[in-house]
Amino acid sequence: MRAKKLGQIGAHAIAIFASLIMVVPVYLIVVNAFKTRPQASSMGLEFPAGFQLVNNFPTVIEKGKLVASFTNSMIYACGSTILGTLFAAMAAFVLSRRRTRLNRFLYFFIIMGIALPMNYFTLTKVMQFTHLINTQVGMIILYAASQIPFGVFLIYGFVGTIPRELDEAAIIDGCRPVQLFVRVILPLLTPVLVTTGLLNFLGSWNEFLLPLYYLNNSAYWPMTLSVYNFFGQYQQSWNLVSADILLTILPVIVLYLAGQRFILSGLTSGAIKG
Amino acid sequence: MKLQRQYPFAFVLGALVLYLVFFIIPGISGIAYAFTDWNSYHPEVNFVGLDNFKVIFSSGERYLNYISNTLIFVSVTIVLKTVFGLALALLLNDAVKRLSHVYRMMIYLPVVLPMLAVALVFRSILNPATGLLNVLLRGVGLDFLAMKWLVDPKIALFSVIGVDTWKGVGYIMVILLAGLQTIPKEYYEAAAVDGAGALAKFRHITWPLLTPALIVVTVLNVLYGLRVFDIVYVLTNGGPGYATEVVFTAIFKAFSQGRYGLGTAISSLLFVVMSAVGYFVIRLMERESASE
Repeated sequence: MRAKKLGQIGAHAIAIFASLIMVVPVYLIVVNAFKTRPQASSMGLEFPAGFQLVNNFPTVIEKGKLVASFTNSMIYACGSTILGTLFAAMAAFVLSRRRTRLNRFLYFFIIMGIALPMNYFTLTKVMQFTHLINTQVGMIILYAASQIPFGVFLIYGFVGTIPRELDEAAIIDGCRPVQLFVRVILPLLTPVLVTTGLLNFLGSWNEFLLPLYYLNNSAYWPMTLSVYNFFGQYQQSWNLVSADILLTILPVIVLYLAGQRFILSGLTSGAIKG
Repeated sequence: MKLQRQYPFAFVLGALVLYLVFFIIPGISGIAYAFTDWNSYHPEVNFVGLDNFKVIFSSGERYLNYISNTLIFVSVTIVLKTVFGLALALLLNDAVKRLSHVYRMMIYLPVVLPMLAVALVFRSILNPATGLLNVLLRGVGLDFLAMKWLVDPKIALFSVIGVDTWKGVGYIMVILLAGLQTIPKEYYEAAAVDGAGALAKFRHITWPLLTPALIVVTVLNVLYGLRVFDIVYVLTNGGPGYATEVVFTAIFKAFSQGRYGLGTAISSLLFVVMSAVGYFVIRLMERESASE
């Protein structure tokens, strides 16, 4: 009995230690965002001295032009999530319901995109040809396209669990395809749509590489690029950099805490079905 | 009943068109451009045969180094993430009786953070003089371990690997945890009745039954690792020297320098390799779904 108790204490000690290691960097960002520049120079663990919280946020928001970047990030993340999730759901629904040879091929062809790297050079040509380069609409569409393969993969698996009898009943009641999809199927897909939507939103919000390639105009930069650029200018002011980073990760952490269940279930339902 | 009319092909078109236009067309046409001198200085594009591939596979431009750095990154992160991820999954699944979901939430947190934010914070944590890591190491008397993490060319790549492991281990843990939860408890109870120890249970029950999850984890790590970019770009930008240059940072440099033909050649190589990996994975999935 005592050995068991000791084992439990040991296990918790290791788990707490591991958890602390994972949380420390976020903690560093939070405490250093409220320090003066000299206090934050080494990004230390200690609390801001003497409870004199320094308000770095107005400075950062003004100097980093964060209102524009935050708005851009929201536009890209929301726009691409709606577009990417909806298109993926429509495709997954039909591909899963009508398993013709062509549709089976198309399903595997699309989810192959999970593995395929984008070719940024020829993609530039495509972006120029479609007049999407250096535009906000272009970013939304590009992000949405990059979400399609994984979205189709996740949703396809879920559509298979919805009984076909529901479709047949709806059709007998006179539902047309769009009505069937919008009124019957979409509501039943809610859990997987929330999961896919959350993962897509987080992925778009965190995206760094695509805007680096395709947005020269700083007025269109999302948070990631503007924070990176801000860091380049204010490397010595870790208090400001921390405040800047904190504003970038705040929406991510809020979404994560609120939607944890959906995020974790999405990962595992996709990966472990065997 | 005419069911196919209820499942119109038009529904597939949105996803399919986006996928074709932004993945497949650039990917396939890239293979053609890989044999040209396409660049940003001259408007005309000429066929140059295998010249770009000769540049990649000769020692003159270090591309072989970048490829080997990428392969080191892939293989070491796979080992580290799998070992730590499995240890944490076993800890949370078996050893810890309560609060396991709280630990899981904290350990998974880095996965959802933007890589950019993580890399910037670690640039300060790994600072040789003032960074938190070395301050702590010196504080507990381990001065000899306080290294020049991102500055010393010999260890910089491994520092990047360490940060990436920190960022990604929660993801691997969660997948393995789900894998562990599919193993029926009765197996362990029966083994205990037969007098099997913890090690024997792991070897004969956990490990074999966890194999599908381990394969998934490995595939995900390979796909991620071959394309690694953000973390290297922000932590070291390929330096010091070329010590941490990987394929995707080299591609970005080729892009910035206007060497489009060369960059397309590397991208196409990767496109072909990863198509093959993807095809292999899909065949595996097909076989599994057929046996269901």
